[in-house]
Amino acid sequence: MTDHAATSDHAADIDKHVRIYITVFVALMVLTIITVLIARVHLPIHLAVTVAMLVAGIKGTLVACYFMHLISERKLIYAVLALTVVFFAVLLTLPVLTHHDGYWIH
Amino acid sequence: MEIPYTVELRRDTGLNNGKIGIWLFLASEVMLFGALFASYILIRTGSPSWPRGDSILNVPLATFNTIVLISSSVTMVMAWASLMRKRFGTFRLYMAATVLLGGVFLVVKYFEYSHKFHDHLFPSTNNFLAIYFTLTGLHMLHVMGGMAVNAYFWGPGAKLWKTDPAWFTNRVENSGLFWHFVDLVWIFLFPTLYLL
Repeated sequence: MTDHAATSDHAADIDKHVRIYITVFVALMVLTIITVLIARVHLPIHLAVTVAMLVAGIKGTLVACYFMHLISERKLIYAVLALTVVFFAVLLTLPVLTHHDGYWIH
Repeated sequence: MEIPYTVELRRDTGLNNGKIGIWLFLASEVMLFGALFASYILIRTGSPSWPRGDSILNVPLATFNTIVLISSSVTMVMAWASLMRKRFGTFRLYMAATVLLGGVFLVVKYFEYSHKFHDHLFPSTNNFLAIYFTLTGLHMLHVMGGMAVNAYFWGPGAKLWKTDPAWFTNRVENSGLFWHFVDLVWIFLFPTLYLL
Protein backbone atom coordinates (compact mmCIF):
# COMPACT_ATOMS: atom_id res chain seq x y z
CA MET A 1 0.00 0.00 0.00
CA THR A 2 1.34 3.45 -0.83
CA ASP A 3 1.73 6.09 1.88
CA HIS A 4 -1.00 8.15 0.24
CA ALA A 5 -3.44 5.20 0.29
CA ALA A 6 -2.55 4.45 3.95
CA THR A 7 -3.23 8.08 4.92
CA SER A 8 -6.61 8.16 3.18
CA ASP A 9 -7.56 4.82 4.84
CA HIS A 10 -6.64 6.30 8.23
CA ALA A 11 -8.69 9.45 7.53
CA ALA A 12 -11.67 7.32 6.45
CA ASP A 13 -11.32 5.32 9.69
CA ILE A 14 -11.41 8.50 11.80
CA ASP A 15 -14.40 9.80 9.80
CA LYS A 16 -16.23 6.56 10.63
CA HIS A 17 -15.38 7.06 14.32
CA VAL A 18 -16.70 10.63 14.23
CA ARG A 19 -20.02 9.45 12.76
CA ILE A 20 -20.28 6.92 15.61
CA TYR A 21 -19.55 9.65 18.21
CA ILE A 22 -22.39 11.78 16.85
CA THR A 23 -24.79 8.81 16.86
CA VAL A 24 -23.82 8.00 20.46
CA PHE A 25 -24.33 11.66 21.42
CA VAL A 26 -27.88 11.62 20.02
CA ALA A 27 -28.59 8.32 21.82
CA LEU A 28 -27.31 9.78 25.13
CA MET A 29 -29.56 12.84 24.74
CA VAL A 30 -32.61 10.67 24.02
CA LEU A 31 -31.84 8.42 27.00
CA THR A 32 -31.43 11.48 29.27
CA ILE A 33 -34.91 12.68 28.27
CA ILE A 34 -36.30 9.15 28.84
CA THR A 35 -34.69 9.11 32.34
CA VAL A 36 -36.43 12.36 33.30
CA LEU A 37 -39.80 11.36 31.79
CA ILE A 38 -39.82 7.99 33.57
CA ALA A 39 -39.16 9.75 36.90
CA ARG A 40 -42.32 11.83 36.38
CA VAL A 41 -44.46 8.66 36.33
CA HIS A 42 -43.67 8.00 40.04
CA LEU A 43 -43.26 4.22 39.76
CA PRO A 44 -42.98 2.06 42.92
CA ILE A 45 -39.47 2.60 44.32
CA HIS A 46 -38.06 -0.87 43.46
CA LEU A 47 -39.23 -0.57 39.85
CA ALA A 48 -38.08 3.06 39.64
CA VAL A 49 -34.57 2.13 40.85
CA THR A 50 -34.37 -0.81 38.42
CA VAL A 51 -35.47 1.26 35.41
CA ALA A 52 -33.28 4.28 36.32
CA MET A 53 -30.18 2.11 36.80
CA LEU A 54 -30.93 0.18 33.59
CA VAL A 55 -31.09 3.40 31.54
CA ALA A 56 -28.01 4.81 33.33
CA GLY A 57 -26.24 1.48 32.67
CA ILE A 58 -26.99 1.72 28.93
CA LYS A 59 -25.74 5.34 28.86
CA GLY A 60 -22.61 4.42 30.82
CA THR A 61 -21.91 1.49 28.49
CA LEU A 62 -22.19 3.76 25.45
CA VAL A 63 -19.74 6.27 26.97
CA ALA A 64 -17.27 3.55 28.02
CA CYS A 65 -17.45 1.55 24.78
CA TYR A 66 -17.31 4.39 22.25
CA PHE A 67 -15.96 7.58 23.86
CA MET A 68 -13.43 5.65 25.97
CA HIS A 69 -12.79 3.17 23.14
CA LEU A 70 -13.31 0.14 25.37
CA ILE A 71 -14.95 -1.68 22.46
CA SER A 72 -11.51 -2.15 20.87
CA GLU A 73 -9.04 -2.09 23.77
CA ARG A 74 -6.16 -4.36 24.75
CA LYS A 75 -6.66 -7.46 26.91
CA LEU A 76 -4.70 -6.04 29.85
CA ILE A 77 -7.17 -3.13 30.18
CA TYR A 78 -10.07 -5.62 30.19
CA ALA A 79 -8.28 -7.63 32.90
CA VAL A 80 -7.81 -4.51 35.07
CA LEU A 81 -11.47 -3.58 34.62
CA ALA A 82 -12.69 -7.13 35.30
CA LEU A 83 -10.86 -7.06 38.64
CA THR A 84 -12.34 -3.63 39.37
CA VAL A 85 -15.85 -4.87 38.58
CA VAL A 86 -15.44 -7.76 41.06
CA PHE A 87 -14.35 -5.46 43.90
CA PHE A 88 -17.01 -2.87 42.97
CA ALA A 89 -19.70 -5.58 43.03
CA VAL A 90 -18.57 -6.72 46.49
CA LEU A 91 -18.58 -3.12 47.69
CA LEU A 92 -22.18 -2.58 46.55
CA THR A 93 -23.47 -6.00 47.57
CA LEU A 94 -22.30 -5.82 51.19
CA PRO A 95 -24.69 -3.04 52.27
CA VAL A 96 -27.56 -4.61 50.29
CA LEU A 97 -27.02 -7.96 52.07
CA THR A 98 -26.77 -6.16 55.39
CA HIS A 99 -30.17 -4.63 54.89
CA HIS A 100 -31.87 -7.65 53.30
CA ASP A 101 -30.75 -10.03 56.01
CA GLY A 102 -32.08 -7.96 58.86
CA TYR A 103 -28.87 -6.20 59.86
CA TRP A 104 -26.63 -9.21 60.46
CA ILE A 105 -23.73 -6.88 61.25
CA HIS A 106 -24.24 -5.68 64.82
CA MET B 1 16.26 11.85 30.53
CA GLU B 2 13.71 10.68 27.99
CA ILE B 3 10.50 9.15 29.32
CA PRO B 4 10.12 5.63 27.91
CA TYR B 5 7.04 4.20 26.17
CA THR B 6 5.10 7.42 25.71
CA VAL B 7 4.22 6.47 22.14
CA GLU B 8 5.74 3.08 21.35
CA LEU B 9 4.03 0.06 22.90
CA ARG B 10 5.65 -2.06 25.59
CA ARG B 11 6.08 -5.66 24.47
CA ASP B 12 4.80 -7.07 27.77
CA THR B 13 1.61 -4.97 28.13
CA GLY B 14 0.94 -4.14 24.47
CA LEU B 15 0.21 -0.58 25.66
CA ASN B 16 2.07 2.67 26.14
CA ASN B 17 2.72 3.57 29.79
CA GLY B 18 0.34 6.52 29.83
CA LYS B 19 -2.61 4.37 28.78
CA ILE B 20 -2.11 1.67 31.42
CA GLY B 21 -1.41 4.37 34.02
CA ILE B 22 -4.66 6.26 33.41
CA TRP B 23 -6.74 3.05 33.44
CA LEU B 24 -5.21 1.94 36.76
CA PHE B 25 -5.99 5.40 38.15
CA LEU B 26 -9.58 5.17 36.87
CA ALA B 27 -9.91 1.74 38.52
CA SER B 28 -8.99 3.38 41.86
CA GLU B 29 -11.53 6.13 41.12
CA VAL B 30 -14.25 3.51 40.59
CA MET B 31 -13.52 2.22 44.10
CA LEU B 32 -13.58 5.75 45.56
CA PHE B 33 -17.00 6.57 44.13
CA GLY B 34 -18.10 2.95 44.73
CA ALA B 35 -17.45 3.37 48.45
CA LEU B 36 -19.64 6.48 48.50
CA PHE B 37 -22.39 4.79 46.50
CA ALA B 38 -22.27 1.86 48.94
CA SER B 39 -22.54 4.35 51.82
CA TYR B 40 -25.54 5.93 50.11
CA ILE B 41 -27.28 2.53 49.79
CA LEU B 42 -26.49 1.68 53.43
CA ILE B 43 -27.75 5.02 54.77
CA ARG B 44 -30.86 5.06 52.58
CA THR B 45 -31.95 1.46 53.21
CA GLY B 46 -31.30 1.87 56.93
CA SER B 47 -33.35 5.06 57.15
CA PRO B 48 -37.03 4.91 58.23
CA SER B 49 -37.90 7.56 55.63
CA TRP B 50 -36.09 9.11 52.69
CA PRO B 51 -37.11 12.13 50.60
CA ARG B 52 -37.46 11.91 46.82
CA GLY B 53 -34.62 13.92 45.30
CA ASP B 54 -36.97 16.03 43.18
CA SER B 55 -38.77 17.27 46.30
CA ILE B 56 -35.57 19.03 47.47
CA LEU B 57 -33.33 19.41 44.42
CA ASN B 58 -33.75 21.28 41.14
CA VAL B 59 -34.31 18.63 38.42
CA PRO B 60 -34.45 21.02 35.38
CA LEU B 61 -31.05 22.51 36.34
CA ALA B 62 -29.54 19.05 36.85
CA THR B 63 -31.01 17.87 33.51
CA PHE B 64 -29.42 20.90 31.85
CA ASN B 65 -26.10 20.04 33.52
CA THR B 66 -26.38 16.43 32.33
CA ILE B 67 -26.78 17.69 28.75
CA VAL B 68 -23.82 20.06 29.25
CA LEU B 69 -21.54 17.30 30.54
CA ILE B 70 -22.52 14.81 27.81
CA SER B 71 -21.89 17.55 25.21
CA SER B 72 -18.47 18.20 26.74
CA SER B 73 -17.65 14.50 26.41
CA VAL B 74 -18.44 14.71 22.69
CA THR B 75 -16.30 17.83 22.20
CA MET B 76 -13.48 16.08 24.12
CA VAL B 77 -13.51 13.02 21.87
CA MET B 78 -13.77 15.30 18.81
CA ALA B 79 -10.68 17.18 20.04
CA TRP B 80 -8.77 13.89 20.06
CA ALA B 81 -10.17 12.91 16.64
CA SER B 82 -9.00 16.30 15.29
CA LEU B 83 -5.44 15.53 16.38
CA MET B 84 -5.69 12.10 14.74
CA ARG B 85 -6.66 13.96 11.54
CA LYS B 86 -3.68 16.36 12.07
CA ARG B 87 -6.01 19.36 12.38
CA PHE B 88 -4.53 21.31 15.26
CA GLY B 89 -6.75 24.38 14.82
CA THR B 90 -9.91 22.26 15.08
CA PHE B 91 -8.45 20.52 18.13
CA ARG B 92 -8.07 23.86 19.91
CA LEU B 93 -11.68 24.81 19.15
CA TYR B 94 -13.05 21.54 20.49
CA MET B 95 -10.76 21.63 23.53
CA ALA B 96 -11.82 25.22 24.31
CA ALA B 97 -15.47 24.11 24.03
CA THR B 98 -14.78 21.22 26.44
CA VAL B 99 -13.23 23.55 29.04
CA LEU B 100 -16.03 26.10 28.62
CA LEU B 101 -18.74 23.46 29.01
CA GLY B 102 -16.99 22.29 32.19
CA GLY B 103 -17.17 25.91 33.36
CA VAL B 104 -20.90 26.08 32.57
CA PHE B 105 -21.42 22.91 34.65
CA LEU B 106 -19.63 24.52 37.63
CA VAL B 107 -21.59 27.79 37.33
CA VAL B 108 -24.89 25.89 37.37
CA LYS B 109 -23.69 23.90 40.37
CA TYR B 110 -22.74 27.16 42.11
CA PHE B 111 -26.32 28.42 41.68
CA GLU B 112 -27.69 25.09 42.93
CA TYR B 113 -25.48 25.15 46.04
CA SER B 114 -26.18 28.86 46.70
CA HIS B 115 -29.92 28.23 46.58
CA LYS B 116 -29.60 25.37 49.07
CA PHE B 117 -27.49 27.45 51.48
CA HIS B 118 -29.92 30.36 51.12
CA ASP B 119 -32.70 27.99 52.21
CA HIS B 120 -30.54 26.89 55.19
CA LEU B 121 -30.04 23.43 53.70
CA PHE B 122 -26.55 22.25 54.66
CA PRO B 123 -24.71 18.90 54.73
CA SER B 124 -25.45 18.78 58.45
CA THR B 125 -29.21 19.23 57.92
CA ASN B 126 -30.00 15.57 57.19
CA ASN B 127 -28.54 12.35 55.76
CA PHE B 128 -29.91 13.02 52.28
CA LEU B 129 -28.17 16.39 52.03
CA ALA B 130 -24.99 15.00 53.61
CA ILE B 131 -24.64 12.35 50.91
CA TYR B 132 -25.81 14.80 48.20
CA PHE B 133 -23.15 17.39 49.05
CA THR B 134 -20.43 14.74 49.53
CA LEU B 135 -21.05 12.99 46.19
CA THR B 136 -21.65 16.12 44.09
CA GLY B 137 -18.81 17.98 45.87
CA LEU B 138 -16.33 15.20 45.11
CA HIS B 139 -17.61 15.06 41.54
CA MET B 140 -17.16 18.84 41.20
CA LEU B 141 -13.52 18.52 42.35
CA HIS B 142 -13.04 16.00 39.53
CA VAL B 143 -14.60 18.42 37.03
CA MET B 144 -12.19 21.13 38.23
CA GLY B 145 -9.20 18.76 37.94
CA GLY B 146 -10.21 17.68 34.44
CA MET B 147 -10.72 21.30 33.37
CA ALA B 148 -7.25 22.26 34.66
CA VAL B 149 -5.57 19.45 32.68
CA ASN B 150 -7.61 20.17 29.54
CA ALA B 151 -6.87 23.91 29.81
CA TYR B 152 -3.16 23.05 30.09
CA PHE B 153 -3.32 20.97 26.89
CA TRP B 154 -5.23 23.77 25.15
CA GLY B 155 -2.62 26.32 26.24
CA PRO B 156 1.02 25.81 27.27
CA GLY B 157 0.97 22.01 27.00
CA ALA B 158 0.09 22.24 23.29
CA LYS B 159 3.72 23.14 22.52
CA LEU B 160 4.43 19.41 22.52
CA TRP B 161 2.40 19.11 19.29
CA LYS B 162 5.27 20.81 17.41
CA THR B 163 7.99 18.50 18.69
CA ASP B 164 6.16 15.19 19.25
CA PRO B 165 2.59 15.12 17.85
CA ALA B 166 2.06 11.40 18.55
CA TRP B 167 2.91 11.83 22.25
CA PHE B 168 0.70 14.91 22.49
CA THR B 169 -2.20 13.00 20.90
CA ASN B 170 -1.76 10.20 23.48
CA ARG B 171 -1.74 12.72 26.33
CA VAL B 172 -4.98 14.26 25.08
CA GLU B 173 -6.51 10.78 24.76
CA ASN B 174 -5.59 10.05 28.38
CA SER B 175 -7.01 13.33 29.69
CA GLY B 176 -10.09 12.50 27.61
CA LEU B 177 -10.43 9.12 29.34
CA PHE B 178 -10.51 10.94 32.70
CA TRP B 179 -13.06 13.47 31.40
CA HIS B 180 -15.35 10.71 30.07
CA PHE B 181 -15.10 8.98 33.46
CA VAL B 182 -16.28 12.20 35.14
CA ASP B 183 -19.23 12.23 32.69
CA LEU B 184 -19.91 8.56 33.42
CA VAL B 185 -20.05 9.15 37.18
CA TRP B 186 -22.56 11.99 36.66
CA ILE B 187 -24.73 9.71 34.49
CA PHE B 188 -25.26 7.57 37.63
CA LEU B 189 -25.33 10.44 40.15
CA PHE B 190 -28.12 12.28 38.32
CA PRO B 191 -30.89 9.65 38.65
CA THR B 192 -29.62 8.41 42.03
CA LEU B 193 -29.72 11.80 43.76
CA TYR B 194 -32.24 13.84 41.79
CA LEU B 195 -34.87 11.41 40.52
CA LEU B 196 -35.25 8.51 42.96
